[in-house]
Amino acid sequence: MLRHPRYVDEEKCIACGACAEKCPKKVIDTYNAGLVKRKAIYVEYPQAVPLKYSIDPETCIYLQKGKCGVCQKKCPVDAVDFEQKPKTVNLNVGSVILAPGFEPFSPAGLENYQYSSHPNVITSMEFERILSASGPTTGHVVRPSDNAEPKRIAWFQCVGSRDLNRCDNAYCSSVCCMYAIKEAVIAKEHVGEDLDCSIFYMDMRTHGKEFERFYDAAENRSGVNFIRSRVHTVTPIPDSDDLELRYVTEQGELKTEIFNMIVLSVGLQTSPELIKLAEKLDIDLTEGHFAKTGTFTPVETSRPGIYACGAFQGPKDIPQSVVDSSAASAAAGELLAEQRNTQVKERELPPETDVSGERPKIGVFICQCGVNIAGVVDVPKVVEYASNLPYVEFASDKLFACSQDAQDNMAELIREKGLNRIVVAACTPKTHEPLFQETLTDAGLNKYLFEMTNIRNQDSWVHKNNPELATEKAKDLVRMAVSKVALQEALKETELQVHPSAMVVGGGIAGMAAAKSFADQGYETHLVEKSGQLGGQARNIFHTAKGESVGEKLNEMIQAVDSSNRIHVHLNTELTNVEGFVGNFESVLSSNGSEQTVEHGVAVIATGAEAYKPDEYGYGKDERIMTSLELDKKLMDDDPALNNLNSAAFIQCVGSREPGRMYCSRVCCTHSVENALALKKRNPDMNVYVLYRDVRTYGEKEYLYRDARQAGVIFIRYDLDNKPVVKTGGDKITIGVTDHVLQMPVELEVDLVNLATAVIPYGDEKLANFFKVPMNEDGFFIEKHAKLGPSEFSTDGVYLCGLAHYPKPIDESIAQAKAAVSRAVTLLAQEKVFSSGTIAQVDQQLCAACGVCVSICPYSAPSFAEEGRFAGKAEINPALCKGCGLCVASCRSGAIHLKGFDTDQIFSQIFELDAAI
Amino acid sequence: MASNKIGSVMVVGGGIAGMQSALDLADSGYYVYLVEKGPSIGGAMAQLDKTFPTNDCAM
Repeated sequence: MLRHPRYVDEEKCIACGACAEKCPKKVIDTYNAGLVKRKAIYVEYPQAVPLKYSIDPETCIYLQKGKCGVCQKKCPVDAVDFEQKPKTVNLNVGSVILAPGFEPFSPAGLENYQYSSHPNVITSMEFERILSASGPTTGHVVRPSDNAEPKRIAWFQCVGSRDLNRCDNAYCSSVCCMYAIKEAVIAKEHVGEDLDCSIFYMDMRTHGKEFERFYDAAENRSGVNFIRSRVHTVTPIPDSDDLELRYVTEQGELKTEIFNMIVLSVGLQTSPELIKLAEKLDIDLTEGHFAKTGTFTPVETSRPGIYACGAFQGPKDIPQSVVDSSAASAAAGELLAEQRNTQVKERELPPETDVSGERPKIGVFICQCGVNIAGVVDVPKVVEYASNLPYVEFASDKLFACSQDAQDNMAELIREKGLNRIVVAACTPKTHEPLFQETLTDAGLNKYLFEMTNIRNQDSWVHKNNPELATEKAKDLVRMAVSKVALQEALKETELQVHPSAMVVGGGIAGMAAAKSFADQGYETHLVEKSGQLGGQARNIFHTAKGESVGEKLNEMIQAVDSSNRIHVHLNTELTNVEGFVGNFESVLSSNGSEQTVEHGVAVIATGAEAYKPDEYGYGKDERIMTSLELDKKLMDDDPALNNLNSAAFIQCVGSREPGRMYCSRVCCTHSVENALALKKRNPDMNVYVLYRDVRTYGEKEYLYRDARQAGVIFIRYDLDNKPVVKTGGDKITIGVTDHVLQMPVELEVDLVNLATAVIPYGDEKLANFFKVPMNEDGFFIEKHAKLGPSEFSTDGVYLCGLAHYPKPIDESIAQAKAAVSRAVTLLAQEKVFSSGTIAQVDQQLCAACGVCVSICPYSAPSFAEEGRFAGKAEINPALCKGCGLCVASCRSGAIHLKGFDTDQIFSQIFELDAAI
Repeated sequence: MASNKIGSVMVVGGGIAGMQSALDLADSGYYVYLVEKGPSIGGAMAQLDKTFPTNDCAM
């Protein structure tokens, strides 16, 4: 590995920005998608990690010509080092995970879109920067040519995707439809409702969770225009900065419209350097140059021990990237389980000093945050003021309180001066509190003897034009923090042992994959399945989109699960009760009348979903009309009935994407296209029709759609308000549908009708209650965070995967199962968990046992004590309490205290502000 | 067999996927080398404005 020099000493750099201010060399700012310039010495953006400057050697005048060196002269800490050289680093590792990402397609070569020649034709990445508050226009939607606010913006979809004529990317980039809608909606929010946003598209692919509802709201509530057409010509209008679009509507009409600006929704592709890297690593790539993986091994590359995730494994969105990346770490964990904890060292902490009963000795540190705070607030004045406040032993300022040297100095002062409470007046505790608390811990002080107050975001940033009042406000904030911390006590975090085992609910593909991964990483696992056999819905599926036989792989999986001595399979079993909390669950399993209690540290919900049985399109009235899974069964059995077919029709979106079930079932387009090809293969002369609303063969599944069209499968689009009509009773089944190309009603006569029915969740309320996990209006479980926590619940220790989360194909189910396990193992591997110190506690002498706290708590933390002196009074389980304070506010007896935010502390702050009534 | 394996992993790429892998592995007891070609981590997501559905700032 070659380590490139930064030319700035990371240990020394304090990111003050003096170097960049004086650097004479302006270069293109790639972070802002080239819309503005930055200097040759730079940080990519203010929140960059690490926040250390670095010199771009390609453009630096000194490194190119040996003259200049202004940055070196201006640096106050002597961090600039032109002598740094590239270093070769050799690493020995047990496994490699490739997550090198994608590059946005460059439309520079597409002359018909005028991207290279007209300033008001930009890419979606450039538009993202224009929308961003941290971007070059601070979020004002203006067009590049004249900085005027546009009145009409057009988005062109599939630029660099689904296109073999003007580029080589035959695949669908999966994310562009959704980001274009998001950009249009946000642009309207910024500019106002009158902004005309039009999205020109081929198929609208909103196949992700909650995406369809967003699409519907964008069209019907925000008023975004959706036009199904590929624009063929863009012409600049002379003597103006506007552009003329020519396109053909679905009705075949040629239209001309004028827009102020055009956004090209560019696709995702693998960069040429990455293709070379893959070659060097001897890793197979797909037709679209993504890392090749199998459906049942979704993160394994062709080379053992090397895993791939993110957009390098296929064009995908953030949630799917996060799922895959956790899955890749689970795969590496399965490989290296026996070497866990061999290369890491546990941090040694000094013993905690007991400060109870001591008079408060408060240290106050005021951060200048470079010029962020000190440019507005008179920091020395605030320091002087703070040093005269009650109990303050020491006060000083820091250029950057978060820098390593400032941290070391703080720890030193705590020890030297015997400080027992610390206040930091700086930025936001949301990002920086843990860092300062760690410094306290390193200095032997309880980390709760700390208070942070925000004199940047809530002061210097918002009162730039009023430095004197800003200084006064900083004093107020510091005084309040000092008065609060003086009353602060050391808090304990309860240590809880984690039971080193897992329970997986649901024995389908996802559940089995999860159980197998737990077992391979060394954990006992209970796999609970309500039916009499493992396999779930996969038992009914013929082939994967990549052509693998599902049955074969499924049997291998079942065998692996059955033969693992760490997996206990419980068939014909249901959960009848769950007690406990993260690390210590106790679940009751009931099977044929007998009950068994199992202990487990974590739980994974993988209960799956089922196929919708429709009551439309003649289903149930004629055996030639069947669901997708029923056709799969015939294909698996090689049913002779399939040999006499002359024609077949697939009807898409049966039960999906309509009122009452406003979601896309994600798998049905690919499934139907696959089966249409399978029928064509059996009899190439057969007429096969697919009646669809939008073909959603996302990612590299697009190749199947291409192959189907080449094989002669006929695709006919229909609208929701003009659904196909199926007539039975005759020799053939007739389907009436309006052909979108001919704009005329046609009648198809077919021998078989396949209804691509929705994937519907079980909506298991009982299970949701057992684990206190939420479900959405459709009945799918709601994950912790749509983007960053897709495979876990807000409830600690409970995880989610497979169809119970949202419809998805087998590879994505397996990836999510592994992801859920990866997240769970981060907990199991710690062997113990700590509850937070800032939790509620009941003064039971005051408790009136009214039960309001018990009923109001969203986490079921309070309960009535069952025994002891205070039996019948409320008590709070520290492991379940999240410290939200609802019970404190609701307690009519004033019996509940929130540690760290106790009433006297809050009041002391209010009194200090002189704001109490 | 066992002695040939090493309890450390190299993660190539410091975007959202690489960071999540690195965090999961580090929290599970493996030493992680996170390799990024640029001067800071964050990847393409750091360039985005807001993200669906929470409209949280992508940063």
